[in-house]
This record gives sequence, C-alpha cells and structure tokens, in this order.
Amino acid sequence: MIGIFFVALTALCCLIIVALVAVILGDIAWFGWGSLNLQFLLTAPQQGMTEGGIFPAIFGTVFLVLLMTIAVIPLGVMTAIYLHEYAPRKSMVIRWIRLAIENLAGVPAIVFGLFGLGFFIEFVGRGIDRIFLDGQLAFGQPAIIWAALTLALLTLPTVVVATEEALRAIPVSHREVAYSLGATRLQMVRRVVLPQAVGGILTGGILAVSRGAGEVAPILFTGAAYFLPYLPNKLNDQFMELGYHIYVLATQSPDVEKTKPILYSTVFVLLVLTFALNFTAIWIRSRIRRRLRAEK
Amino acid sequence: MTGQKGLQIEELSIRADGRDLLRSVSLEVRPGEILGIIGPAGSGKTTLLRCLNRLADLDEGLRISGRVFLNGASILGRDADVVGIRRKIGLVFPVPTPLPLSIFDNLAFGPRIGGITAVEELRRMMESSLKSAYLWEEVNDRLNEPAANLSGGQQQRLCLARTLMLEPEILLLDEPCSGLDPISTAQIEEALKVLRKDMAIVLVTNNVKQASRVADKTAFLLLGELVEFAPTRELFTTPRDKRTEDYITGRFG
Repeated sequence: MIGIFFVALTALCCLIIVALVAVILGDIAWFGWGSLNLQFLLTAPQQGMTEGGIFPAIFGTVFLVLLMTIAVIPLGVMTAIYLHEYAPRKSMVIRWIRLAIENLAGVPAIVFGLFGLGFFIEFVGRGIDRIFLDGQLAFGQPAIIWAALTLALLTLPTVVVATEEALRAIPVSHREVAYSLGATRLQMVRRVVLPQAVGGILTGGILAVSRGAGEVAPILFTGAAYFLPYLPNKLNDQFMELGYHIYVLATQSPDVEKTKPILYSTVFVLLVLTFALNFTAIWIRSRIRRRLRAEK
Repeated sequence: MTGQKGLQIEELSIRADGRDLLRSVSLEVRPGEILGIIGPAGSGKTTLLRCLNRLADLDEGLRISGRVFLNGASILGRDADVVGIRRKIGLVFPVPTPLPLSIFDNLAFGPRIGGITAVEELRRMMESSLKSAYLWEEVNDRLNEPAANLSGGQQQRLCLARTLMLEPEILLLDEPCSGLDPISTAQIEEALKVLRKDMAIVLVTNNVKQASRVADKTAFLLLGELVEFAPTRELFTTPRDKRTEDYITGRFG
C-alpha cells in the first residue's frame, strides 16, 4: 500500500515538472507566435521599441555566443588537459587550482559582470588605448569582445569539468599503450586522448553555449546596449542582445500594452535560438559519437 | 658490461610506500633466448617488466635502484632517452589493449609517431608483423575494420603485431595469454618460438607449464625475491630451492 503511494508520489512530482514546462512554453508560444513574422525577425526596433523587430538583438546574441565559444573552448580544454594529463597528481597547487575552478562556478553572474567591467574594460581596454592608441578611446569602453570574454570566464568551469570528465573516461591502458609504442606525452595526448575526448568537450561546449546565451548580468556593464541603430562589425562595438532586450522591453517601455506582443515574441525567439544552438551541438556530438563507435 | 648484447639486470630493487616490490634481482637475457618469469600474484613480475621499458616512470612514488643495461648501455638513468628505449623494448600487456581505431591504424601507430607515414611501407611492415603474430591470414582483407571487431585472441595477436611493428630488440610479454583460449595461446607460443631468432624475449606468465614449454631460461620470483634462475629444463627437473619445487608442482601455499 505504502509502495503504491510512493510510486504515485514520485510520478506526481515528475508530472508537475512536465506540466510547468508545458505551461511556460505553451504560454510563450501561444502569445509569442501571433506577432512573429519574417519582418519581425529581420528589422530593427522602431517607435521607441513599440514597433518593428529584433534583428540587431538576434545578430548580437549569435555574434556574442560565437566569440565566447572561440574564447572558452581552447582555454577550458587546455586547462583540463594540463590538470589531468600533465600536472602531478598529488600536488597541493593542483588541488588549489581545482578548488578555484569549482568556486568560480559558484560566483554569481553579476559579480562576473563587475569583474569584466573592472578588469577587461578599465584595466585591459584602457591599457590598450593608452599604450597603442595614444589614449584615444577605442577599447576602454563596453564592447562585444569584453562581454564575450566575461561570459567565457563564467562558462569556463563548465568546459573544464566536462573535458576532465571525458579525459577520466579514457582507460589508462590506452595511454600506456601509446607510451609503450614510443609516443611522447604530446603525441599521446594528440593521437589517443583528444580524439576520444571530443564528445565530452562538445558536451561542455553545449552547456557553455546554452548558459552563455541566456545570461544577462555579465553583459550589462561590459557591452550590451539599450538600443543601437547599427550592427556590431568590430570587436570593440557595442551590441544588442536578446536577453537584455527582453529586460529593456519589460521595464523601460513607454507603452506597456503595445510592447507586450513584441516582448512575448522576443522571449519566444530567444528560447528557439537557445534550443537551436543546443540541438546543433547535440547533433554534432552524436555524429562524432557514432563515428567513434564505428571505429571501436 | 659494454658491448654485451641483450638485456642485463643487476641488483634491481624497487620500493614503494616502504614496501619492497623487488629485492636485488639480477637476470640476463640475450638475443635468441626466451626468459620465462614465473611466480604467484604479487611477486613483482609486472613491476619488473614496467621498469624495463620505463613505463614505471608513470607510477608515482616508486624508488628504483640497481642497474639495467640494453646492449651494454644503461637505461635507468634520468638522462636516458626514454622514448627511444620504449621503441627498442616492446611491451605486450596482459589483456588485449587495441586502441579504438581500425586494425590498420592500430598497427601504424608506432611507426607513424616515429615518422614513417608512407602507406606502402606501412603495409609492407604490417604484412611481416602480422605473419609473425600468426594473424595475417585472418585480417589481411579487413585492415580497415575496427580492431574491436576482432575476437579476444585475435586482439592479443594484433597487440603483439603492433609491438613488432617497431622491430624491437627486446620483447616483453606480461601474461599475454591470461585471458585466452588454448588455441590462441598455442598460436602466441608458436609465434614466440619463431620470433626468438630476431630478439630477446621476456615472458612473464602465471602458467608454469607455459614457461616450461617455451622458455629457454626460467626465473622464479616470490614476494619480490629472485628465488631461482636457471635453464628451464634444470629448473623444472632439479630445482635447487624447496620453494621452487613447491611452486612448480602446485603444492605452494
């Protein structure tokens, strides 16, 4: 009797979760679908954001996530390779580095934003301006490159942890075989470890992208713009971003009722975009997995 | 010791965590010979092999003392060319360890990292290695298949062939037949008897009978101590030590 009750309880909990997701997605799709059309996707906001589309925000989001990925994947993967393949196992320093990475994952996103402002813009950007550009203002201000790097820091632990997990899954015997056949450590990493870790690295990439695409706090001070009449085409341009645009639409609109359908549609687009990025990555990963399995 | 061919091990001791894994072991094997090493689990056989091709470098906390010479040159020093040593002293592991690659790529792994990439040359080397490992007939028309498709016995012969691709001077085998059926075991033993012509072979085995079948000289290790080292026939017919006799007659305990 208690057994049946328990099963029912667990099933109910699952049902609640599914229902919640269905309600959220359903609500957004229902109200968002209406004002969604090609023009909405391909034009800029007009009339104080009560009309027009969201193309600059879509463009900015994709650009941002792309830059972030380019920065975070090599950094994260190399860190994980050093930690797992090169560093002495029992070293105190390594333990501290691991602890630091784990703690980095727990730092609130807004703190990353402030760090990005202080470090990338004030220190690195101003430094570049002072040293290379005679103090002319170019990099010492919010820009897409600084926002992307800040997001890269935020998602770094995800990539490191996922990559290390993938490295851990590779049998020690494979490494020893490579060594016994006369491989140097670099050859072993390049020819045995990395090919097998690709799936795990991409998993980290997926998680990083889906997290990065949805975060607003880190880019608030580092590059996101309220409204821009042009698209970013240089690394030190500011940009519009979907998440931030949603915040702007929801809080800064001069006419709430007129903005509402646009707001719904924007949320819908952000969700679809995030899912699309995710599915692309999952698709790539499953293709690589299939290829690896065929080779096994 | 200079100029002497083969592998000389002199007073080799290995300690880890205050425990003796090997105690002053001295052995010798020359080209043309198979040295069998027998002994119960935990007697230091695997540790010895891993030390000989410097794979023990990967195990942290080992303290190694003594001398090991390959063709008269020391191979234990810090400044020894570890990669070169591993290419000259090949090791076959107890369980088949194909890499998740095709049969071709498994075999080509060693030569490729050594700089040989020409497919024709690789194929020529493969044919001779696979024939030596008695595997050529079974795989010559399916080299591009995944190595994992092979049976356990075939995989182990593939690993043997993969090591032979490097044309090693010394071949170390760590219980190579421990998981294999009698037919695969016989094939590997046949292969070793022929390979002995071109290299010195060290065969660690749990199977006393295997040592008596293929080894020219046999060493009996017990708890890190070399109890007896003699020509195989002598060791099996007239063992000098009581412990050797007990072990080879199965009365050990």
